[in-house]
Amino acid sequence: MKPGHGEIVLAEGDVDVPADEQLLIDEFRAQLDAGMWAAVPQTSKAGRREARMVQAFDEIPRDAERVIFFPRAAGGA
Amino acid sequence: MLLALSATLIVVFVLLWEVTWPQISEALARRRARRQLIPVDAFDPGRERRAEQRARQLLRSCVNEEEWAMYRDLGFIRVWGGLAEGPEPGVSEQTDGGAPYAYLVYPHKPIVAYLPQTRQLLNEYCVEFPDETRPYGSPRLPDSDDVLAKWMALTGDERRLIASSNMHLPGRQVDPKQARRDLWRLSEWERSRLARERRSAPSSPAT
Repeated sequence: MKPGHGEIVLAEGDVDVPADEQLLIDEFRAQLDAGMWAAVPQTSKAGRREARMVQAFDEIPRDAERVIFFPRAAGGA
Repeated sequence: MLLALSATLIVVFVLLWEVTWPQISEALARRRARRQLIPVDAFDPGRERRAEQRARQLLRSCVNEEEWAMYRDLGFIRVWGGLAEGPEPGVSEQTDGGAPYAYLVYPHKPIVAYLPQTRQLLNEYCVEFPDETRPYGSPRLPDSDDVLAKWMALTGDERRLIASSNMHLPGRQVDPKQARRDLWRLSEWERSRLARERRSAPSSPAT
């Protein structure tokens, strides 16, 4: 998510392909270093839609379709 | 004679150069500055609208069908408090039972916590998602992205989001009358939605 732009695709790839996986890891780290939060939308065991916040690439489920990065939350006025 | 004249001319030229060069140099710099092409991010009136359209698609792909319909019809999303079990989605009897608490998530407004059973407003949680990647700040997220960010943060790590926010009593930014009216609209919306589902569901054969 980007202010003024909405959704932007940062990187795409297959985690089973080593080159793609490294690309995804690099982009993941770059986004977290830039202060973004990362979340993976998923369906819980109870059938609810929810997000799973991830702080490391290893925490992303291997079958995840996407990871969404969004600005870190801060207290508002 | 000629040598003396040449030397005098050279001295005069150098003196004139010393006197006029700063003015000439300044004039040249001003001219270059006037003619320099400054990259300007031209305002695109459709950019915000396109961003919002993309954001709505992204939101729709992340939340469940009921939450998307709620946002589309009412302009906000209810998120059940994660520290207690909410009702199963789409089941009226359990929905009537309710969860201990829930949130109303509005775009670019504080998150409002309330008790579903009594519709009592509990708190406002003021939270923003500022983009830190730009040096001078930036426009805010599209409305639907703001809702999605709150939804992800609430369902993914409720404690961290609440800890990041500024808590206030109800009424600081969201008018309590408006919030209660939204809760009434939500209950009416759920009732009509449930009635529609019952009508469209195939009737079970009598035994």
